[in-house]
Amino acid sequence: MILALLAVVQIGSKAFTESVIVAEMAAQLARSAGIEAVHRRELGGSRILWDALLRGEIDAYPEYTGTIAQELLPGQGDLRDRVAGKGVVMSRSLGFSDSYAIGMQRAAAERLGIRTLEDLARHPRLRLGFSNEFMDRKDGWPALRAAYRLPQRDVRGLEHDLALRALAGGAIDATDLYTTDAEIAAYDLVVLEDVRRFFPDYEAVLLWRKDLPAGAAAALRRLEGRVSAREMIEMNARVKFRHDPEAVVAADFLAGALGVRGAAQIEGRARRIAARTVEHLELVAISLAAALIVAVPLGIAASRKPRAGQVLLGAVGLVQTIPSLALLVFMIPLLGIGARPAIAALFLYSLLPIVRNTAAGLSGIPPEIRDSAEALGLPRLARLRLIELPLASPAILAGVQTAAVIDVGTATLGALIGAGGYGQPILTGIRLADLGLILEGAVPAALLALVAQALFELLGRAVVPRGLRL
Amino acid sequence: MAHRFGRLGPLDLRVAEGETLAVLGPSGAGKTTLLRLLLGLLAPDQGTVRFRGEDVRAVDPAALRRRIGYVVQGGGLFPHLTAEGNVTLVARFLKWPQERIARRLDELLHLARLPEAALQQYPAQLSGGQAQRVGLLRALMLDPEVLLLDEPLGALDPVTRFDLQADLRTAFEQLRKTVVLVTHDLGEAAFFAHRIALLHEGRIAQEGTFEELARAPADPYVARFIHAQRAPLERLR
Repeated sequence: MILALLAVVQIGSKAFTESVIVAEMAAQLARSAGIEAVHRRELGGSRILWDALLRGEIDAYPEYTGTIAQELLPGQGDLRDRVAGKGVVMSRSLGFSDSYAIGMQRAAAERLGIRTLEDLARHPRLRLGFSNEFMDRKDGWPALRAAYRLPQRDVRGLEHDLALRALAGGAIDATDLYTTDAEIAAYDLVVLEDVRRFFPDYEAVLLWRKDLPAGAAAALRRLEGRVSAREMIEMNARVKFRHDPEAVVAADFLAGALGVRGAAQIEGRARRIAARTVEHLELVAISLAAALIVAVPLGIAASRKPRAGQVLLGAVGLVQTIPSLALLVFMIPLLGIGARPAIAALFLYSLLPIVRNTAAGLSGIPPEIRDSAEALGLPRLARLRLIELPLASPAILAGVQTAAVIDVGTATLGALIGAGGYGQPILTGIRLADLGLILEGAVPAALLALVAQALFELLGRAVVPRGLRL
Repeated sequence: MAHRFGRLGPLDLRVAEGETLAVLGPSGAGKTTLLRLLLGLLAPDQGTVRFRGEDVRAVDPAALRRRIGYVVQGGGLFPHLTAEGNVTLVARFLKWPQERIARRLDELLHLARLPEAALQQYPAQLSGGQAQRVGLLRALMLDPEVLLLDEPLGALDPVTRFDLQADLRTAFEQLRKTVVLVTHDLGEAAFFAHRIALLHEGRIAQEGTFEELARAPADPYVARFIHAQRAPLERLR
């Protein structure tokens, strides 16, 4: 499957609606030019996409000039040249700018007399909630606070779409907006005027690798200058409020603006679930199999040398204490994005239950049984194979079962780094507040955990010797 | 030889070929440590263990153990194998042909008076007496030169114990093997053994036949040990 992906053009998108729509347009345009293209959606934030592009894990993705200038390649000189220095081509503007801005509910802003960002400084008790990326970008909150001397203390990071809903619900007073956010109109928000011109321009562009086939690059260039801010806001609104699939919204636009038809790959629900199931099973099966191969020998070693075993168990226990999200992110610099880092993280998580149960199962064998086995004149390996492992098999199997159930659950987080699986609809569903989509991932994940549990019960009957089940 | 942690020795003990030696003593006297030393499960801190004159350290331990049958306290059966699986485990590991295994099993069943149906049972399904008989069969499967038994009748009820006692002695007599039997029971030692070694705090307090120990105890401890076990029966007379 990985080899097959190498042959096609891969278009990435960041984890917010507009990026997904634009990437979908790019993928459909490439397909309309007869180039096989896949859209790897919602891979993460700017930095993850940029690094993935430089490493060649994706071939193109939508970006904004301000983000490139401020965050990805800060420095002097022409932006296009700076990007070219990294082996990347930047398109001309797609036709709209999606700047950062700070927004409030109109009623609250009018009540407090806030019109510009300067006015914010007079209200230190306002509760601010910013998208996580904005919280620590160079052109984000820290610089904004310095530029306008903002005194607010109650500042927290949220996912962008959740922050908008929190603002609409009154849980926070101000948040960062993208100027093409459909919520500005829908929730009747005011955009505070940036009187000191703090935010740079954020023209939407496509970035692609220099080695992208010329035909594909030409196809992507067809989008240059073709999308107006009004059209983008409308498309964002269709996805967010009418829950139309991004692929459909993108296809409608391409048909209207460029006369491109029939390039959307829209999967029905059943096919979507089937595809996510295959991805999810791949994550779980490979990581679990690898863990089994490594953890059982480690468990045997731990039971043989109790002191070294304590150190070993401590080490694999430590891995378990790393939050799963953090572990996934640690894997990106080592293994990039996609299934590989997710499998590596799941593998590490699976070690502890298997190592511990193997060691405990072996150490729990009564001494008279060990003595008899040794006194019978069976060599060490034969004792392990014929006596000790069969006796420890119920404990080992229970460890593998625990690992499998943990794996099925944790694998849903793999979608955050582009590994697909049941986490994908959950992630999209959270972003779009679409309960149906969330359940499309959550229900199969729960069912799979139950199936895994049942499968191991059955496996127990096959693997655990009958004499131990009396 | 001696073993520090097993609190045994130094002591010097010889077993003649074909004799049955009972190592008698209270719990904690070092009886099990002695058996473990003989099997090479423990190495002596001092001295040597010799098997037919050869220092056991010079012999492959697994090969040595196959020449010695060992019956563990309580049988020590492997719970995941049937009785037959337990008995034939090593023979199968050594790739004995099927008919040789079947033939040997037949001889042994007869000797240990075990019903054939019991062979297909798992240890958890066997009675205490049956488990002990299976343990004995397992020890005898490879026809070892020496048989070591650790409290073979220890945890059995009196009736089972009585039956098994008689069967065991018959077996020893028929097999003419060298037997070392560990027990804390004087009656048992006297019943089975040609010679008794009474162990006290890791040393041999006295060595000899039952009559010799009873008639001329070597020290006050031997006298007390023998008196303590005989007196209750004599009080009944």
